[in-house]
Amino acid sequence: MRASLRRIWGLVYRHLALYRRSWPRLLELMYWPVLQMLVWGFVTAYLAGVQQNTASVAAGVLLGGVLLWEVALRSQMGFAITFLEEIWSRNLGHIFVSPLRPGELVAGLVVMATLRMLVGVLPAVGLAWLLYGFGLFALGPVVVLFFAALMMMGWAVALGVTAMILRHGAGAEPLAWSVLFGLTPFACVFYPLSTLPAALQWVAQAIPAAHVFEGMRAALLQGRVDLWHLGAAFVLDLLWLALLGRVFLGQFEAARRSGALLSIGE
Amino acid sequence: MTPDAAIQAEGLTKRYGETTAVDSLSFTLPRGATWGLLGGNGAGKSTTIAMLLGILVPTEGRVRVLGHDMARDRFAALARMNFSSPYVALPQRLTVAENLRVYAHLYDVPQAEARIAELAEALQLEDILNRPAGQLSAGQKTRVALAKALVNRPDLLLLDEPTASLDPDTGDWVRSWLERYREESGCAILLASHNMAEVERLCGHVLMMKRGRLVAEGAPAELVSRFGRDNLEDVFLDIARDRRVGA
Repeated sequence: MRASLRRIWGLVYRHLALYRRSWPRLLELMYWPVLQMLVWGFVTAYLAGVQQNTASVAAGVLLGGVLLWEVALRSQMGFAITFLEEIWSRNLGHIFVSPLRPGELVAGLVVMATLRMLVGVLPAVGLAWLLYGFGLFALGPVVVLFFAALMMMGWAVALGVTAMILRHGAGAEPLAWSVLFGLTPFACVFYPLSTLPAALQWVAQAIPAAHVFEGMRAALLQGRVDLWHLGAAFVLDLLWLALLGRVFLGQFEAARRSGALLSIGE
Repeated sequence: MTPDAAIQAEGLTKRYGETTAVDSLSFTLPRGATWGLLGGNGAGKSTTIAMLLGILVPTEGRVRVLGHDMARDRFAALARMNFSSPYVALPQRLTVAENLRVYAHLYDVPQAEARIAELAEALQLEDILNRPAGQLSAGQKTRVALAKALVNRPDLLLLDEPTASLDPDTGDWVRSWLERYREESGCAILLASHNMAEVERLCGHVLMMKRGRLVAEGAPAELVSRFGRDNLEDVFLDIARDRRVGA
């Protein structure tokens, strides 16, 4: 166990050392979440000015949605891009022939994804409070559970993306940036699940984020914690993590058989 | 099963569709020995090394490394072996010390800082420990790569062209250092190289591959004599040009 934790720390240390001497990388982590928050903050400020109080509640829903969706996005990108960093630096060969187990590799990527998400999203949360008076954490401790459920969803999607990179090499890199954006319409970030056509509601029900955002709206609009949606989000997270974790491990072994690990950067 | 074997390969075969990259390769590298793995481009050396490292699964055959079956127990073997190649880089933005620290953690090396200091002294890295790996000369990079490969005090070292792109002086320094290290540590070394003088100097035994098959093996002097040549380079050319394959 101690040796395993040390190997995970080795991978995390490698990336922390990288960020320590590369401020553009750190800046990039904060750039999009802050930019998104600013744009949506102005939109909500405009709506609040036009329609007074009713819109200020809706404005909170929009800003809360933007900030929480960034948690999922940054978690997914943080995981996948940390893996890609190893490909870009041509270091993956050394990593794969070290005693680092695939599960430990995943654990290291999860730690880095969490750190990257916190560095990227927390400044945006702080600025939303400073500039627009929107306090995400005013929703109470349930926000921590929202964060956790969205982070887990991000990791699950990233496991799928990383499996695709193992299978298709560098050609699958763009998925690291784009795949979760494709899920946005079904994640019900800015509107209730009931807004979707009936057939698409079934798709949305399978996505943990849709339940998190239903829960967020319940907390913001009705001041209550919706345990059903929260529970559904975590159960779905576990199912998706188990499924995509198996896909990742299966693809890792397939790459060992096909020789894809030797040419993954091409 | 040979208990004293660092590597025991039996019928090692790798096929990619219709192409056979390595064909029924069998050999036993004793512990503490230095062997050369030779062959032209596409002979199957890199595929063989990848299978020995567990990064590539053989289509047929099996490998035991330091007594561990690579199909079932590869992580136990990987903890006791290491690898260096100029074609696999270390993160360029990390300093030399940071890179070595990363691998000391990955290999769970006890007293990592003391080990890094020891390697820095032995490989003359003290002055560049705090320099990013991307700012090093080719010779410095080779020494850092060697330090990384030795960080866990391996019982088996796989070296892929360790002196490629080095000037003669630095290349000679690396070869002398490897000779001394093997004598002191008892580490087994499998060396893939295109530098025949290097192989003659370092290796007690040579495996010559061509089109995935083992076509000749023996001590360098023995091969030179068997082929009626003056040096190993001529033997290599004979094999590469099909002049006396299997002599």
